Amino acid sequence: MAAFEYLEPATLEGAFDALERGGEEAHVLAGGTALVLLMRLGLVIPSFVVGMRRIEGLREIGISKEGGLEIGALVTHAEIEGSALVQRFFAPLAQTFGRVATVRIRNQATIGGNLVHADPASDPPPMLIAMDAEIVVARRGGVRTISAADFFRDLFEVALEPGEIVTAIRIPPPPRGMLGTYVKFLPASQDDFATVSVAATLRLDPNGGCEDVRLALGSVASTPLRARRAEEALRGKRITRETIDAAAAIVAEDVDPLDDARGSAGYKREMARVWTRRALGELVPA
Amino acid sequence: MSQHSITFTLNGKIQTVVVEANRRLIDVLRDDCKLTGTKEGCGIGVCGTCSVIIDDKLMSACLVLTPTVDGSMIRTVEGLSEPGELTNLQRAFVKHGGFQCGICTSGQIVAAEALLEANPHPSEDDVRAWMMGNLCRCTGYYQIVEAVVAAAKDR
Repeated sequence: MAAFEYLEPATLEGAFDALERGGEEAHVLAGGTALVLLMRLGLVIPSFVVGMRRIEGLREIGISKEGGLEIGALVTHAEIEGSALVQRFFAPLAQTFGRVATVRIRNQATIGGNLVHADPASDPPPMLIAMDAEIVVARRGGVRTISAADFFRDLFEVALEPGEIVTAIRIPPPPRGMLGTYVKFLPASQDDFATVSVAATLRLDPNGGCEDVRLALGSVASTPLRARRAEEALRGKRITRETIDAAAAIVAEDVDPLDDARGSAGYKREMARVWTRRALGELVPA
Repeated sequence: MSQHSITFTLNGKIQTVVVEANRRLIDVLRDDCKLTGTKEGCGIGVCGTCSVIIDDKLMSACLVLTPTVDGSMIRTVEGLSEPGELTNLQRAFVKHGGFQCGICTSGQIVAAEALLEANPHPSEDDVRAWMMGNLCRCTGYYQIVEAVVAAAKDR
């Protein structure tokens, strides 16, 4: 691993100082499962690394006055998986974090690091998009929020400006009766990245029609993908075998997968259709 | 390159190492602390041969930078029992044939120890779910699961 200078500021202000000093070369280290690996493989060669671990206030999980969930950027996947608060808030969210990689990775990897790493095959982003999550971003002298659906810009690229740090993730309270699931296609092993994954949230009206729906997919494009056209096709309709098939066909049109070791683009396109159908079918058994 | 004086508890003893920022915990454990029970297999956090317990959490020592464990409590396979002795868990691995070539064994033992601390009475499914990230290239998985379940009953 190439040499670098490492700083561990004790405050966010100290982290902003360090990022300014490091400039373009500075990388932020949260849990380390992504950055240490990339440095080890020589894919990222920073001369300056800013460790977040001593900064207080980034490890809490709480409920806001409006009833939303707020998760600090340094909360680990395992902490979210095991949190009674998150399980009560929306069990499928906790379950999604519990299905990431292995227990070792879940013990080390953080939600903030996961989002900034922006691997399109990662599990949490589709679920966070399907829950209308917002990402809280701090810079010297200010804070802004970016919706999870707008956060991912390209392969391993996010909408952060230089000097900005993700401090928390906010998730609005799920509307009463909202259902949700996260399914992933794992033909090789349970700890692998998904070939294709689908997060779905759905609210039915009293007549069984689709009041609202979110569909977001992983591993089907250079970023996590929100399937807005398929959502639109379902909204207001009864959820039946036919409307599910129609929505899944639209998803297959809108994905833009890459050929890789987990399958050809054409295969993943077909699997996106199949697993969208399964996700919706799980929420509304026919 | 920055140098860091890092102090942690290693298997119950306080240890200070002076390291450059890019030293991984697995290298410091093996080369500086001379504890070679922690093995490097894949080097990318997948195989589990470098499993260690940091502040009661199972992690991959190959993905941890040493400066980030300052103040932590680290346990390796060497620290699970006194020299020359075996834990119930280790005896169960012997009795049930929970290893073949042995390269993955210390990681399997550390992972199983962390499981039994988190969940003293795991089902077979619990063991499989927890241990799926500890690969055995001899594919001796049935015996490993048997050993962990037997050790849990014995504790």
